[in-house]
Amino acid sequence: MGFTQAFKLALKSLAGSKLRAFLTMLGIIIGVGSVIILVSLMQGMTGEVTSMFEDMGTNVLTVNVTGRGSSRTVDVDDMYDLYEQNTDVFMGMSPTVSVMGSVKTSTGSDSFSSTTVSGVSEQYAEINDLGLQSGRFISYADLEARSKVAVVGAYVANMLGGNAVGQTVKVNGNALIVVGVLAAQDDASEGSADDCIYLPYTTASKLTFGEISTYTFATWDASLNTQGTTILDNALYAVFENEDFYTISDMQEMIDSMEEMIGMMTMVLVGIAGISLLVGGIGIMNIMLVSVTERTREIGIRKSLGAKRRDIMRQFVIEAGTTSALGGVIGIVFGAAVAVSLGQLIGINATPSVSAVGVSFGVSVFIGVFFGFMPASKAAKLNPIDALRYD
Amino acid sequence: MSRIQQTAAQTPLIELRDIYKIYHMGDTDVHASDGVSMKIYRGEFVAIVGQSGSGKSTLMNIIGCLDVPTSGQYLLNGEDVSELTDDEQAEIRNKTLGFIFQQYNLIPKLNVQENVELSLLYAGMPADERAERARYQIARVGLAGKEKNLPSQLSGGQQQRVSIARALAGNPSVILADEPTGALDSRTSREVLDFLRKLNDEGNTIVLITHDNSIAQEAKRVIRVADGKIIFDGPAREAFPRGD
Repeated sequence: MGFTQAFKLALKSLAGSKLRAFLTMLGIIIGVGSVIILVSLMQGMTGEVTSMFEDMGTNVLTVNVTGRGSSRTVDVDDMYDLYEQNTDVFMGMSPTVSVMGSVKTSTGSDSFSSTTVSGVSEQYAEINDLGLQSGRFISYADLEARSKVAVVGAYVANMLGGNAVGQTVKVNGNALIVVGVLAAQDDASEGSADDCIYLPYTTASKLTFGEISTYTFATWDASLNTQGTTILDNALYAVFENEDFYTISDMQEMIDSMEEMIGMMTMVLVGIAGISLLVGGIGIMNIMLVSVTERTREIGIRKSLGAKRRDIMRQFVIEAGTTSALGGVIGIVFGAAVAVSLGQLIGINATPSVSAVGVSFGVSVFIGVFFGFMPASKAAKLNPIDALRYD
Repeated sequence: MSRIQQTAAQTPLIELRDIYKIYHMGDTDVHASDGVSMKIYRGEFVAIVGQSGSGKSTLMNIIGCLDVPTSGQYLLNGEDVSELTDDEQAEIRNKTLGFIFQQYNLIPKLNVQENVELSLLYAGMPADERAERARYQIARVGLAGKEKNLPSQLSGGQQQRVSIARALAGNPSVILADEPTGALDSRTSREVLDFLRKLNDEGNTIVLITHDNSIAQEAKRVIRVADGKIIFDGPAREAFPRGD
């Protein structure tokens, strides 16, 4: 008896008792379904977070200097020197000053609660790949003159009434003239990457009376990140002679370690979901054993007509495999539906990957065949005389 | 002279040589076959008759290659088949033997066509050839047009005819009928027996196992067994003298 014959027979046998077939598959359906849901959501989340970080640039190194008293310190000029000595590695550098406080429109009527205000250099636009929709970015002259100018994101520009260039925003009561509007990075909504204001770091430093302690370096390519990190580390260690007084964070490294973490979490969750696949497999084995007993006479008839052990074996293994595979397919469809709708609910793309679907299907076939083996071998070993007499 | 003697010079189709089948039941040994020897030639119609417990089922199982003897030799078509493995026996059953059972033994969820095709399926015959041969046998037993019916949609007599068609499909050397009329009323029994005679007239070798003398009488030769031994072997008319 060929494979297709056995497969058709298995489908017929399943169609003959639909409720039982469904209940037998239920374990596999739930198991495969939950694996698909978990993997899809995790992959969706990883993708989301990764693209968020990638938007900030994977070739970006951020240096944070906490400083060690007044004798050992680095200032903006030192960092610029460091950059200029290593232009083969670094594409650009910008001191970065975070400005905390209130942001209002010139009339003070509207305030922005979640706007990020940063003091940066003229190279910042290039470092972070920021495009302009109108006006200009901060210039070197602005830095020198500590000009009270600002470049605003698309959201802020919209809030200012569209034609923002020339208008004024108030940061902590200081009026800044808008000289440029950035092209939309995100969906131009509140709290997004478009909800931002950039001003010259010199101006920002004056407004906040803060010391400049953060520097954003961009390498020519993410592959130079390690080299860049080494250069910065060597230079800063030479000044501070202690690693505790500065940090260098590599965006690519952060993405990598985060992906690794999510990956590990996925493995653990999938492992737990996998237990239900095991339970499903045992369910299939149980029903196959019952089925073998019920069909003892059929097995006897087949053997009397010349079925060999391997024929009977194949019939039952394929039946178990088909049951499980069908359960797997239902589980994949069900899991994909749940994952996609859950993904839409939380705003990520959780479409199951081809590999997740392929592996789930493969595993469900394997489980059926594996757990079908014992009942099938029991059937194959039946003595035809006893089997024919069985009522 | 009788046909049995005419064919004596040929190789017997079935030859049992001093067959013993001993079952261990606790401390006692049950001799289900106790030194049985017999020869059955091509074209014969033999009834093996005996009460229940006489050992006729054991003989049927051994002849049908469903069981192996404890000792002794079984030559089928001149080939020693007394010590075969399960799968080798299956192969012999598939190629050489056709079974007709008391309970028909059709597979309930397969239709008539599929039931008749089963032995051909295990013989590895291509699908179209299988279908054609099964259709021919179904027509031969008078069930043309019922190919798609399930066994449960047929009467007992019809089901038995399907099982005859199934037995014939593999073109076996021997047809083994185990109480083929046991579950049928007298009219359908008659039909089945007539059909078996017709098959014999066409040259098929038939071995009929029964406990019923009146059924055994339909055969040409009767072998009577009791306590695992053959107590009579001869033409049917001598087996049942008038008034028996």
